[in-house]
Amino acid sequence: MSELLDIANRIIGWADAGEDVEAYVVHRRDTDIKVYEGAIEELASAESDGVGIRVVSDHREGFAYTGSLDEEILRETLQEARDNASFASREDWVALPQPDGVSPADVDLWRDSLASVPTERKVEMALELDRMVRARDPRIRNVESSQYGDQLGERAVASTTGISSYDRSTACYLVTIPIAGEGDDSHIAAGYSVGREVDDLDLEAAVAMGVEDATILIGATKPTSTRLPVVFDRRVASSIISIIASTLDGDAVLKGRSLFAKRLGEEIAGPGIQLTEDPRETRAINAARHDAEGLACRPVELIRDGVLQTFLHNSESARRTGVASTASAARADFKSKPGISMRAVSLAPGDMDEAAIIAAVGNGLFVKNIIGTNSGVNRISGDISVGAEGLMIRNGQLAEPVRECTIATTIQRLLKEILHVGNDTEWLVSSSAGVTLAVDGIALSGL
Amino acid sequence: MLDQSMVQKVLGAALRTGGDFAEVFVEDKRTSSALYEDGRVDGLNSGRDRGAGLRVVIGETTGYAHTADLSEPGLLAAAEAASAVARQGGTEPRIVALTPINAPRPYDVEILPETIGKAQKIELLKRAEQAARGEGASIRQVTAGYGDSRRRTLIANSDGVWAEDDVVRTRFVVQAVAEADTGLQMGYKSKAHTVGFELFDTIDVEEMGREAAAVAITKLRARPAPSGVFPVVLKHGSGGILFHEACGHGLEADAVLKEASMYAGRLGQQVASPLVTLVDDGTVGGGEWGSFSVDDEGRPASRNVLIENGILTDYMWDFLRARKEGRQSSGNGRRETYQHLPMVRMTNTFLLDGPDDPDEIVAGTPNGVYVAQLGGGSVDTTTGDFVFGMTEAYLIENGEITEPLRDANLIGNGPDVMTKIDAVANDFAMTPGTCGKDGQSVPVGTGQPTLRITGVTIGGTAGE
Repeated sequence: MSELLDIANRIIGWADAGEDVEAYVVHRRDTDIKVYEGAIEELASAESDGVGIRVVSDHREGFAYTGSLDEEILRETLQEARDNASFASREDWVALPQPDGVSPADVDLWRDSLASVPTERKVEMALELDRMVRARDPRIRNVESSQYGDQLGERAVASTTGISSYDRSTACYLVTIPIAGEGDDSHIAAGYSVGREVDDLDLEAAVAMGVEDATILIGATKPTSTRLPVVFDRRVASSIISIIASTLDGDAVLKGRSLFAKRLGEEIAGPGIQLTEDPRETRAINAARHDAEGLACRPVELIRDGVLQTFLHNSESARRTGVASTASAARADFKSKPGISMRAVSLAPGDMDEAAIIAAVGNGLFVKNIIGTNSGVNRISGDISVGAEGLMIRNGQLAEPVRECTIATTIQRLLKEILHVGNDTEWLVSSSAGVTLAVDGIALSGL
Repeated sequence: MLDQSMVQKVLGAALRTGGDFAEVFVEDKRTSSALYEDGRVDGLNSGRDRGAGLRVVIGETTGYAHTADLSEPGLLAAAEAASAVARQGGTEPRIVALTPINAPRPYDVEILPETIGKAQKIELLKRAEQAARGEGASIRQVTAGYGDSRRRTLIANSDGVWAEDDVVRTRFVVQAVAEADTGLQMGYKSKAHTVGFELFDTIDVEEMGREAAAVAITKLRARPAPSGVFPVVLKHGSGGILFHEACGHGLEADAVLKEASMYAGRLGQQVASPLVTLVDDGTVGGGEWGSFSVDDEGRPASRNVLIENGILTDYMWDFLRARKEGRQSSGNGRRETYQHLPMVRMTNTFLLDGPDDPDEIVAGTPNGVYVAQLGGGSVDTTTGDFVFGMTEAYLIENGEITEPLRDANLIGNGPDVMTKIDAVANDFAMTPGTCGKDGQSVPVGTGQPTLRITGVTIGGTAGE
């Protein structure tokens, strides 16, 4: 079925008596093209492999990785994982996952067509994107780059405990980074389109997004500090939803690092709020058939009618907690053992569109961009304080642009003060869907 | 790492389609790390990554390919893929003469971490964890982490450069979470140097554990940070990242040449307070986190004064950007791994000492915020707008440091803040960090003496 699974099976075949071995094997083919001022600036193409090996022996676990498929290095890596296990603490719950009988959904995330698109066509798309952005609006001063990228990824997991899985997916994208301005005032933005094959890509959508976002903030000034309702643009709301879902990590809960640790079964969000993870959603770029431990992905209801239902688990956090894995094991790459991550989280949509929500809010702030989410979100205390740019909302209409301000609240408050969820769900590039979201009681800091 | 005649052959092949520059970057990196969490040894991880990146430049166009196969056929295949961007073809094979670059090493490694047993590394973690737990019953969770890496590189290019480096890095971190009826709070301490296991002769891991725990416990009684514009005093070594983000990225030549930086076209102009001298220096000794011998393009690390007494004196350059301007690279061409193209990156970036006494700066600030530790941040290089998390901060009331504050963001504009520095002390200190740019992370040092900014927006929630 797959060469990758053969490699994984070969590695687990080297297991010693009395130990369990798991091999995670990935293969990627990437193309990345950057154009600048109408010419190719960078063209990179690569194939790469990676192997992560987990060994469990006497309830002790060790891990090692390598970016090489060289047999000698693979054996060395297994030996290193084995050696690491011998130094780890012994815990009854340390074990490799077992198959749990759930069958993977029949989702097809692979397009053969992507592998056969000639490089010339990819270059032409990036050049066309660049031309279109430059021509769209006289306020576009420059385009930092316009890019085409694609990835054909395959991964296999096999273990001596009976796991055997293989997944493959394709993805491609166009992104343009225009700089717009007037006088001393410059703004940079990104416009993009993402798909599984080249025909999915929408040049016009990428151009429109980039140009609108770069020009809309021209003339922005610093607002005065106040407390007000905020409407998050769909893309910003996607980041906010990711932040919320990331606090529902079963491992963080076990380690006392989640603000929702003791809140299972409690009302943590307003009535009617539904938050669901469903990696079978093919429109989500991170959709998958199996998680990073080879268990079948399945839907998980996180918040139902405002009440916290479950945390996301991989096999380790599930065993420690005494529940079943939600098949949420994830790895950033092959260089670490599985952690936990969402793949496709969405808020159940409401019935108003963006304009209706802005009208309903009346006076507030429409947030087009947030920065500093890595430093400004404390998942332990729940404090959020991020830089924001956007447009004031006055009398139900979008008004003057603002920048160099922060918006602050806590995750706890934000969930309780959701005013409206839009009807405009859109799957973007992240692990959570975008949807217009209005929240009350946000502190705006500016002048 | 590779035979010189084979590298010559690969460079020749890479130039066959008409490229005007070719480069081979070979990397062999080993890493090891361990975590101690909740009283147990967890997350022992070892890694080995080895491969080569081939770069071909023709005019303004760069072709790149990489491979984990370091055999001659593997490298030749990558050379062919990288040279596909140059289609002139037909030129005669070129033979490149390679000359070794001898750059001074800004560090000496006394004890290679690979020679130290895992049990000894784990012992350090246990000591730090126990020290943190000993700080008080409110400590709920402690994580201590150890990591080391050894990265050997070889860079050869068609300009005749043959350069090798061997960089060993060692780091130790402690994170403590405290809990009270006010919620959960976190404290964090890290030490990271471009040295070997002798790092632990100079740092006290137990003290790091106690400090991380003390920060978390103190923050339990923290009040919400204020909201609005306040004078901010940055403790020495706490906020160099602000200048890295708010100013440094705008001085990287790639952003400057595309006019995506507010510092483009401003050489020789007053861009900061006369108290400010900003330096990027990859040669800093004593094992600074961002130091190296040669950069990832084979250029020796160097010391570059970027802003002198408030006047913009230079930008930072890599090979491509320097070539475009007909000048030399400043030794700022770096990449995360052989799978990445190099670009302009900072090394150790810091503000030099000023004349003031740090205590007097605080005493001379009637009301404001004292920042003892900044977390991560980010910046829009086009506008210079930045955001940083304050992970340890206090109110200044009547010239004294008083109440601890809950985490909040600082927001401001880089060029604006640089002109608002009105006091700089004489107590310079560095901090290690990781800089991310276009998806690549590299270790960097940042540093600054205690200083005051007359007004920065604090994004707190106080005033309800």
